[in-house]
Amino acid sequence: MRITLNGELYELDEPLSVADLLVKLSIDPRRVAVEHNLEILRRPLFAETLVHDGDRIEIVNFVGGG
Amino acid sequence: MPGDTSLVIAGRAFTSRLIIGSGKYSSHAVMAQAHSASGADMVTVAVRRVNISDRSSESLLDYIDPGIFILPNTAGCYTADEAIRTARLGREAGLSNWVKLEVIGDEQTLFPDNEALIDATRVLVKEGFVVLPYTNDDLIACRKLEDAGAAAVMPLGAPIGSGLGIQNVNNLRIIREFARVPLIIDAGVGTASDAALAMEIGADGVLMNTAIAGAQDPIAMAEAMKHAVIAGRLAYLSGRIPRKSYATASSPIEGMVGR
Repeated sequence: MRITLNGELYELDEPLSVADLLVKLSIDPRRVAVEHNLEILRRPLFAETLVHDGDRIEIVNFVGGG
Repeated sequence: MPGDTSLVIAGRAFTSRLIIGSGKYSSHAVMAQAHSASGADMVTVAVRRVNISDRSSESLLDYIDPGIFILPNTAGCYTADEAIRTARLGREAGLSNWVKLEVIGDEQTLFPDNEALIDATRVLVKEGFVVLPYTNDDLIACRKLEDAGAAAVMPLGAPIGSGLGIQNVNNLRIIREFARVPLIIDAGVGTASDAALAMEIGADGVLMNTAIAGAQDPIAMAEAMKHAVIAGRLAYLSGRIPRKSYATASSPIEGMVGR
């Protein structure tokens, strides 16, 4: 299955939770915000929310800026 | 300082009237030292996509002192929708509902799109955000932002990153006279005297990034800015002398030797 992850196509073997996706990507969930199909996904819902084929996921964090 | 009050925005008090950025530093370590030297207790950060392919870069937040309040910004957003979306993500990634709201209208000048800025402010305030909008030096725009619920107004002193210093003293004075919320002069500062001037006009605070991060010695410049903001604030509170065209002697006229 294919999702769009931060604007790029990304291959996954099977549907998995957002929490598992973050583990797979080595991303600390406490430091990021996630959008699932354009909706903000609250952190407590990461474990129970499944990513399906065709979904759009945005993962953002803080970077230096003024 | 004695006789002065703290900078208070939306009920939150800050020790320093200097607000600084976190961009363009040569390293996170230099940034952390500059932050410390500046004495600032509010730092603005940008919200960007995580780099999926390269997870080696260290987290910015590891280099920001836990005592510093983090102000996410919407830098780089060109529409109200984009800025609103970025603000919501910043709130989710961070620890607060504050946002430094930028809606840029032009790539070359980075001047704000005031119409979109006011629209986005209205939406975000309704969603419970504390909105600090980066705006033009325009009294009417500032009034509309206040009416939309902005917690402060942050007019520019010159284009972002230009280092030109405060180019619009009279406009900022007029905004100072009428502002009902804290006035933060955001952008344009090049060196310490610019920050002092911003405070002498009566700004409640100054926000800068490039003037410190781009200096040859960012840590020393951060300390210079700390002193400049304190000096400018004290001068504002002290009530400067009126300007006159001709000299007034400082020493007594009587008792001159040989007269």
